Amino acid sequence: MKVGLFIPCYIDAFFPEVGVATLKLLERLKVEVHYPLDQTCCGQPMANSGCQDDAAGAEKLFVRNFTGFDYIVTPSGSCAHHVREHLTAIPQNTTVAKVRRSTYELVEFLHDVLQVQKLPWARFPHKVGLHIGCASLRALRQAKMSEIGGAPFSKPLALLSKVKGIQVVTPKRPDECCGFGGTFSVFEEPVSAKMGYDKVNDHKDAGAEYIVSQDMSCLMHQKGCAERLGLDIKFIHIAQVLNGAWI
Amino acid sequence: MNKRVDHAEASSRFIAAKDHIAFHDQRLWDLRKKRDRESEEIPEWEELRSLAAAIKEHTLTHLADYLEQFERNAIKNGARVHWARDAAEHNQIVLDILSARGVRTLVKSKSMLTDECEMAPFLGKRGIEIVETDLGERIQQLDEEPPSHIVVPAVHKLRTDVAQVFGRTIGTDPKNSNVPYLAESQRQNTRPYYLKAEAGMTGANFAIAETGSVVVCTNEGNADLSVHLPKLHVASIGIEKVIPRIEHLGVFIRLLSRSALGSPITQITSHFRAPRDGAEMHIVLVDNGRSERLGMADFWYSLKCIRCGACLNTCPVYRRSGGLSYGSTYSGPIGVIIDPTFNLRKYSALPFASTLNGSCTAVCPVKIDIHEQIYKWRQIISERGQLPIVKKEAMKMAGKVLASPALYRTAVKAANAGLEYLPRTMIYNPLNAWGRQREVPKAARMSFRDWYLKSRRKK
Repeated sequence: MKVGLFIPCYIDAFFPEVGVATLKLLERLKVEVHYPLDQTCCGQPMANSGCQDDAAGAEKLFVRNFTGFDYIVTPSGSCAHHVREHLTAIPQNTTVAKVRRSTYELVEFLHDVLQVQKLPWARFPHKVGLHIGCASLRALRQAKMSEIGGAPFSKPLALLSKVKGIQVVTPKRPDECCGFGGTFSVFEEPVSAKMGYDKVNDHKDAGAEYIVSQDMSCLMHQKGCAERLGLDIKFIHIAQVLNGAWI
Repeated sequence: MNKRVDHAEASSRFIAAKDHIAFHDQRLWDLRKKRDRESEEIPEWEELRSLAAAIKEHTLTHLADYLEQFERNAIKNGARVHWARDAAEHNQIVLDILSARGVRTLVKSKSMLTDECEMAPFLGKRGIEIVETDLGERIQQLDEEPPSHIVVPAVHKLRTDVAQVFGRTIGTDPKNSNVPYLAESQRQNTRPYYLKAEAGMTGANFAIAETGSVVVCTNEGNADLSVHLPKLHVASIGIEKVIPRIEHLGVFIRLLSRSALGSPITQITSHFRAPRDGAEMHIVLVDNGRSERLGMADFWYSLKCIRCGACLNTCPVYRRSGGLSYGSTYSGPIGVIIDPTFNLRKYSALPFASTLNGSCTAVCPVKIDIHEQIYKWRQIISERGQLPIVKKEAMKMAGKVLASPALYRTAVKAANAGLEYLPRTMIYNPLNAWGRQREVPKAARMSFRDWYLKSRRKK
């Protein structure tokens, strides 16, 4: 199985440790991982801002970089969602369709494709609050959302349950959006920050020492909020926890 | 009139009032939670949503036929039916009906449509007194403010605010914010108008083609009083409100109040079918942009809306900015996708007042793909040159950089160098909206790509 690793631009630039954990975790699970060196971005920031035309260059490059892999895996729900559902600024053909179809967010790749049963190296003796980004939750359907009834399920929780010592605490509004929303965080700054403040306080009140998520962009925003509030709470990507982060 | 609504600016004022936003957010979140409980008690809830969506889609794709059937049956019942192309025609028709009968006071139950048509100021200027009879609407009318929510119009007010408004306008004790006291005072104040008014007005939740009847769902009984006391009933109805048969009504009634307020049903579901002896019933069917919307491939789904407000209650942005910040009759997620059809420029910022989190779509009882429509409106607003120049230019630049591996790598280096070496005062400047209430991420010593090259390429 040949996997192309897509490290989104903001992870590449600001959170390289998340990329490292993703790569090492996949390799531990015996996956052959390739990292195309010319990769940049999936096009989401432009497309979500209404500027689909400006996303075409990045999308074209994405397809060029990731053609020929069995799967493309990325530690970001919103990027995976963009590729699968919204990568439409460029002409669609079988190559583009194959790349789009084969793109997975890390958690769903581990859960659905690899069907990981054990993570013997993983131990995280902390109280954590789980934040499932909205793209991972409602678009990729990685867990039961509170809006829709039925039996509970959660792919990220199923994976976290294989981590020794971890204790998951539940905030009052577990699947309320944290207010990042891409360029929303800047152009709608007042509401974005208020949502972020409410989110980190909710987790803190539930007793979380860490907020763990498969979406680093949400965490980047929440971390910025918590630091400004002077809140004692830490942030970690799920790839780091599953890869056996020892903190 | 054509000035762009600045949602972000309005929201910052809303957020500054700490007690208000805390109450507003919690009150609406409680409604959302109640809705979850109610819907989960019905095993076939998702089936009901699909059914409701299918009935609406069928009706909308056969709209002319069902409207004409409705008209025929309403006339058979003894009602008079009028057709209004737009808001101006609607207002004129209503004025003509009222003037011809010498009406000077109109008691009115809730109707978003008449707000959409700006009927109240139009009639007011022509000497007709309008009295809103729904409690929330009456509060807003007395405060000379539009409703901020489709279902709970004064939800942005605390009871102490209501005490102030009533103290100023209907003579209650402004320091007494006891809820039963305030509600009873409004009741006593409004009752005489029912007796005085020569006409009553309602909107409609549903118009049934098969029977020609108008269905209104309320919790206060004010619609019935408005219709049954005066000798003239005018019902203003958007053309998308028609449903084919009475048997379809049950599907919507089961969904409506559960979605809106988390209650199984409204206190009263009134079927207005015919005028009583010696009275008149007029029905005004209003288009006002709906036919045009029906022709929009990406947006006609929004016409399925039954105005339950569930998308407002669940919307984390709406709860933290308040309905008035949208500057339109329709606020929240449904407003965001309807408003641009009325005035693209004026409402061009609204589709960006969303994180695209999708909760609205998941609660919508008629399965409108609200957040997908928001995404599509963004593309149209950009194509039609209505994006702020700063954003447009930023995206053009970002698009160029992200299309080129070399430019991208230079930018990553520059960003990290900037974060590492620039003094805090340079990073947290007024132009950095991110940094106003948040810390910026720390500079990474090297990018992932650099790490990869260093640690992997040597092997």
